[in-house]
Amino acid sequence: MVTLGGQMRFDSILDSVGGTPLVGLPNLSPGPDTRLWAKLEDRNPTGSVKDRVALAMIDAAEKEGRLHKGATILEPTSGNTGISLAMIARLRGYKLICVMPENTSAERTQLLQMFGASIIYSPAAGGSNEAVRVARKLAAENPDWVLLYQYGNEANARVHYETTGPELLADLPGITHFVAGLGTTGTLMGTGRFLREHVPGVQVVAAEPRYGELVYGFRNMDEGFVPELYDDSVLTSRFSVSAADALRRARQLVHEEGIFAGISAGCVLHAGLAIAERARGLGQRAEIALLIADGGWKYLSTGAFAGTLAEAEAKIEGELWA
Amino acid sequence: MAIEVRIPTILRTYTGGAKSVQASGDTIAGLIADLDSRHVGLQERLVDGSGLRRFVNVYLNDEDVRFLGGLDAPVKDGDTVTVLPAVAGGAR
Repeated sequence: MVTLGGQMRFDSILDSVGGTPLVGLPNLSPGPDTRLWAKLEDRNPTGSVKDRVALAMIDAAEKEGRLHKGATILEPTSGNTGISLAMIARLRGYKLICVMPENTSAERTQLLQMFGASIIYSPAAGGSNEAVRVARKLAAENPDWVLLYQYGNEANARVHYETTGPELLADLPGITHFVAGLGTTGTLMGTGRFLREHVPGVQVVAAEPRYGELVYGFRNMDEGFVPELYDDSVLTSRFSVSAADALRRARQLVHEEGIFAGISAGCVLHAGLAIAERARGLGQRAEIALLIADGGWKYLSTGAFAGTLAEAEAKIEGELWA
Repeated sequence: MAIEVRIPTILRTYTGGAKSVQASGDTIAGLIADLDSRHVGLQERLVDGSGLRRFVNVYLNDEDVRFLGGLDAPVKDGDTVTVLPAVAGGAR
């Protein structure tokens, strides 16, 4: 049934960031006492949760006087943050340079270029760790460039504390679990902190993509990377999800719920279903909110949604798929 | 001897190139000690005085052991343990 909603008029596209819908997953939920919900962040202006983060980081940098008209922003990103920053930079009159691993999907490059961003590619081996390293080096060499640095920018976590968390609580007052992907950790830290302050006993669950060996291909353990924003006391559990499981679940979202989401959503669903089964086994009521970071469009060229699962898995081996 | 331990590329010099090895123990700490008895030096790469090294993640059946009791997390036959270096993540 189509219903008339509340106020949906905005002064500009940037004023429409956030306020995303939370939809039930009646077919994937194990039962009436164990329910799954999806917060659809692809409904943001450039199609991902990162619009919240990019806008918050730029607003904060403007307020601090770090950004002036014509300034150049530099950011390590494997896609979504870059696309969000590119759109906002265009509207606000900034230049954007993204440092992106070369093993990301073709759509990301096209979207970034469409909004006018420049791209510097970092080597595939080492994944985002390498992009961070290259961006830091460039920032040191070009002191007039503004590195927003989502992995350590407090505005990243804060915007989720101020918006994503309150939105979830308003729509799902009985929330027992929050599950989101782990990358910069901003979504989990900000939303997690808000929910922990307002919902006694709430579980904050991280779903972490487990990539192919190429992505872990640095030379020694000391080259590993933990985002500055990360505080493991906010989480209650953390799952590692293989590409095969993430792909299977992303397709399941399409087939059983009609939701066409990115591969990381499959990762989050996989962890959410594990949590749901555990709660049901213990006879506990569960209202589990899954954060769906983006839609599936940017992943079509990866082959994630075509052919058999084995074929799709082979195609995204070596890719940064989430 | 029935717990499978998956070893990341950069630590396979300790396992003669093997992607996964078998080990036994009642806890993650016991498992790592058992591993080290046959793959000398591995323990030092995974653990320091305060627990797991900062850039080392260990998963028990796909769940991060830091949330299951850390080195004291119990393990049993049939479990799978995966060792991975910490990475910056993906589409962020």
